[in-house]
Amino acid sequence: MTALLQRAAALLTLPVLLISLWWVVTDASSNFFWPPLREIVGVFPETWLEGRITTDVMPSLLRLLGGYAIAVVVGVGLGILAGSSSGFRSITEPALEFLRAIPPPVLVPVLVLIAGPTDLTKVLVIAVGCVWPILLNTIEGVRSIDPVLSDTAAAYRLRLVTRLRTVVLRGASPQIAAGCRQALSIGLILMVISEMFAATNGLGFTTIQFQRAFAMPQMWSGILLLGVIGVILSVVFRLVESRALAWYYGLRAAERKG
Amino acid sequence: MSSTSVAGWRASIGSSPATRGLAGIAGLVLLLELVPRIGVVDPRFFPPFSAMMGGLADLVVTVEFWVALGQTLRGWAIGLAIACGAAILVGLLIGTIGIARTMTASTIEFLRPIPSVALIPLAVVLYGSQMQATLILVVYASFWQMLVQVLYGTQDVDPVARDTARSFRFSAVRRIRSVLWPTALPYVMTGFRLAAAVALVLEVSGELIIGSPGLGNRLAVAQSSGAVDKLYAIVIVTGILGVTVNLGARWIERRTMRWHPSQRREMAV
Repeated sequence: MTALLQRAAALLTLPVLLISLWWVVTDASSNFFWPPLREIVGVFPETWLEGRITTDVMPSLLRLLGGYAIAVVVGVGLGILAGSSSGFRSITEPALEFLRAIPPPVLVPVLVLIAGPTDLTKVLVIAVGCVWPILLNTIEGVRSIDPVLSDTAAAYRLRLVTRLRTVVLRGASPQIAAGCRQALSIGLILMVISEMFAATNGLGFTTIQFQRAFAMPQMWSGILLLGVIGVILSVVFRLVESRALAWYYGLRAAERKG
Repeated sequence: MSSTSVAGWRASIGSSPATRGLAGIAGLVLLLELVPRIGVVDPRFFPPFSAMMGGLADLVVTVEFWVALGQTLRGWAIGLAIACGAAILVGLLIGTIGIARTMTASTIEFLRPIPSVALIPLAVVLYGSQMQATLILVVYASFWQMLVQVLYGTQDVDPVARDTARSFRFSAVRRIRSVLWPTALPYVMTGFRLAAAVALVLEVSGELIIGSPGLGNRLAVAQSSGAVDKLYAIVIVTGILGVTVNLGARWIERRTMRWHPSQRREMAV
């Protein structure tokens, strides 16, 4: 019980301290750009929860989800293909290295040019930006699968589907998860940028509109909301990952102990 | 994969990986040339590769291009230097003070996933479209990449080395210099590599959205003025820049880690 209390204290002390500091220091603030936290929190419900949650927040999140899902499917699929064939890999590697090195945000103006400022463009931008870390990590994961495992699977003549599911995907999944985690934060950045560059709705668009209208407390509430979404997404990802990879973390802990 | 198929590939394409890699790049170039020519995409929006190269040739003879490239590199370097310096300092501090690690963990975990681009509106009201506005984004994004690695590194200190230093009554400075720092260095280099790549991404995005001077801003101008060849040329330049940054960071990592006994297993990033 005391251990639990101690952990809670360690977890909460600094955040609580920082937030109260922000609250107190800005409370009497008359600086236009740094409104009191009280005011920011005060405008939050009317700014985001009444109406904008369906017209701006949900469309943003759906686009992120759509683009991310495409990236996972394409990245893992191509990654398994490329990872299982060393010839294919050595042909495509330099080209992939180059494509990956292009900062994903520069794709925003390019895709806006090709497909116009539509929802499809934003989903594509997110998908194209997210696919590289997933693809490269999947290739690396598939390549580093224990050869004894794949030879055993071949010797037992496991069917292709079974082999993919139980050997390849399973073996590469820790690396795939690492790629997916990187991709998630890139996806969030691209969601915001694509909306700031060319959009008529969405979280990024609305927050920039507030900034242009000099509605400071509303702008701050948008920044806070984006931050909270980033944190929630990373917590959800970690929960899913720790469930899906429970076997892997257990194995590693056991190896370390032994 | 069977060894016969690998041999087959080798025989048909050439023996060295470098040749095959070049073949892959040549294939990509050919694809970029053919796809617009046979009308899969509209050449007005996606010109063939030769036209992109033409745009690049027009671009590299202008002074503005080199000025913009210099501005991008300057913003990237300053932001990266500030972020790395601050992160190493804070990381070592947190790493040496035992209780600081548990106290700050939740705050770091909370602040890290906040997308740095969320700060764009704030940066704009504070600095307009000056270089500093983009600098905020670059520093914020790359700071966390580095800090997390430094913290991993300080946790990794060998207990025997730590206890030895303690029994010899090393001073705090000496302990940091000869125990903590060498242990953390491999992680610091990984952090540097990650931070360098992220800093470039944020530098270009900042220029693109905020309009601060640099390649990203040229890109936005090329897009809105319909200079399609130039637009793709700049995209290619940013790609070359990205590759250069990656290779450069990896080179520095290898140089600094030459003394390191065990080459750590690296994850693909």
